[in-house]
Amino acid sequence: MKFTGTDSYIATEDLMTAVNAAITLERPLLVKGEPGTGKTLLAQEVAEALGRPFFEWHIKSTTKAQHGLYEYDAVSRLRDSQLGEERVKDIRNYIKRGMLWEAFASEDQAVLLIDEIDKADIEFPNDLLRELDRMEFYVYETQETVAARHRPAVIITSNNEKELPDAFLRRCFFHYIRFPEPDTMERIVGVHFPGIKKALLKEALECFFSIRSVNGLKKKPSTSELLDWIKLLLAEDLAPEDLREDSTKALPKLYGALLKNEQDVQMFERLAFLSRRQN
Amino acid sequence: MFVDFFFQLRQASVPVTIREYLMMLEALSSGASDNDVDGFYHLARAAMVKDEKYYDAYDKVFDNFFSGAMHDTEDLFSRVIPEDWLRALAERTFDPEELAKLEKMSFEDLMEELAKRLQEQRGRHQGGDRWIGTGGTSPFGNSGTNPSGVRIGGEGGGKSAAKVWEKREFRGLADDVEIGTRNIKLALRRLRKFVRDGAEDEFDLDGTIRATAENAGYLDIKMVPERKNRVKVLLFLDIGGSMDSHIRVSQELFSAARSELKHLEYFYFHNFPYERVWRQDRRGYNEWTATWDVLNTYAPDYKTIFVGDATMSPYEITEIGGSIEHWNEEPGEVWLRRMLSFYPDAVWINPVPQDRWMSTPSLRMTYQLMSGRMYPLTLEGLDEAMSVLRKGGPALAKH
Repeated sequence: MKFTGTDSYIATEDLMTAVNAAITLERPLLVKGEPGTGKTLLAQEVAEALGRPFFEWHIKSTTKAQHGLYEYDAVSRLRDSQLGEERVKDIRNYIKRGMLWEAFASEDQAVLLIDEIDKADIEFPNDLLRELDRMEFYVYETQETVAARHRPAVIITSNNEKELPDAFLRRCFFHYIRFPEPDTMERIVGVHFPGIKKALLKEALECFFSIRSVNGLKKKPSTSELLDWIKLLLAEDLAPEDLREDSTKALPKLYGALLKNEQDVQMFERLAFLSRRQN
Repeated sequence: MFVDFFFQLRQASVPVTIREYLMMLEALSSGASDNDVDGFYHLARAAMVKDEKYYDAYDKVFDNFFSGAMHDTEDLFSRVIPEDWLRALAERTFDPEELAKLEKMSFEDLMEELAKRLQEQRGRHQGGDRWIGTGGTSPFGNSGTNPSGVRIGGEGGGKSAAKVWEKREFRGLADDVEIGTRNIKLALRRLRKFVRDGAEDEFDLDGTIRATAENAGYLDIKMVPERKNRVKVLLFLDIGGSMDSHIRVSQELFSAARSELKHLEYFYFHNFPYERVWRQDRRGYNEWTATWDVLNTYAPDYKTIFVGDATMSPYEITEIGGSIEHWNEEPGEVWLRRMLSFYPDAVWINPVPQDRWMSTPSLRMTYQLMSGRMYPLTLEGLDEAMSVLRKGGPALAKH
């Protein structure tokens, strides 16, 4: 079964190749890209398109590799032992499965998302090498090995905040999601707002890409911000002409959805001032 | 048949290993991609290139490997070369006798023979040799998996084979990593050295559990001191005139260092470190600190970072009285050497792009004085500088 994008997710050809290669060879796929290009969404859409169970593991700066495998709740066992509870005798009662275990135990081949792996400690990916390679791990407390019934499709996202170790990279497929080109973007907006008028879409995209092309922006607006903005435009029921009228002021209507930094807004106002003076 | 491609990638310093090469072959034979050159391009990239900064290098190698002809005879491939044309070329190159012999050869051998012949006749058949000779792949091999073959045979339809990699759209990604305060902080974090000492004021959960278990269930509370970053850093920043164009990025580095490092001492110098340094930037010109005092105050376990463009007249480094702002009794060179002997863990971070270093004499001299421990003010450079500082001791840089 091949992944070819879904009704609500437009995948480019290179992305599809990378996803399919990772699924076929049952190796992890590492996805990087600008913020807001749909890295996290990808795993969910893959699971949906292929009809597979979906597990998410979101990484924080305090997350340890062990958390994905299992946790041994020693404190409640200690408490139970003081109270003389019956269940204290079986250590299994105090082992909590992590997301990786859940994905390994799934009846069908699962899709596992490891989101923002770069947020964790530098050593984190190294601690998962064997687990992702062999898709099995050892539980010391019960002395058993948990092996995956079906090797899950693992999709890992990174925002490039830390370099990932080479040993880890060698085991993954890698894909960098580029910022969509205007015609891909048109398709993306199309699947989110099927009813949008051609003229408005064209005008909005022109606005959007011209803002992105300005040098020196602190934060370039991304796909998800464009979608928010268009949602606002539709909610306000603006006509394409309204956008155009505003373009003399350098900033389009409702720009708050696109520019999230007051320095960027100021820069646009200065640019507008300069162009007015030239005229 | 892709071994050559693999080695060319490695030569272009794309860090690809055998494991990844095998993964690529496995993926190829599993049919995970379409059997055309675009599919191969995407698949091989996903399997062998693990960072977008290498995408451009990959594109170049790919281009060179699969369609080298593009560069030689301008637009050869966009007019899809018909097989007949090549046969005709073969007929023109070999005389009939040879051709009869060659009939019995496999087509691939024939092409090799042709390539050899064309190589000898270089000049008349400009460039014709390259795309045939490259890696010995026949441009119109009959197996659909031969990536260069399919397209030249014309099955690719209207699309030009060299579409993606020819454009080299990832060119920017190689060096255009945005350097911002947050990125710098992350790089500086490499310097962290965590130590637990001082008063025991933190509850140690793991220790308590272990001690309690060993105690057969009776609670035994354990405490530990808080974990603290104990790395100490001395920062010397150039605010000489030529630094003005680098002011923004130096400021970002400074503010990142201030918030990330607890034990940070910083001083300013003008162009080159001499016998005095400043606590404040320009405004407080008269309130200087003697460099000797700095050396005597801070212990040698301080990690030292110089930030400066090292761009000036060479006299400012080598001569007594060479400084442009005051009369210096000892040349700058002596002072830098002295500081380096006090603080063995030192690096110089330079905002000037690295490719210009060797063309500026004063910069070259400083580079040598630092025994190569000079790094560009880019994320990669900072990362490298920090890991050299962390490991300690004077280490020769790779550059």
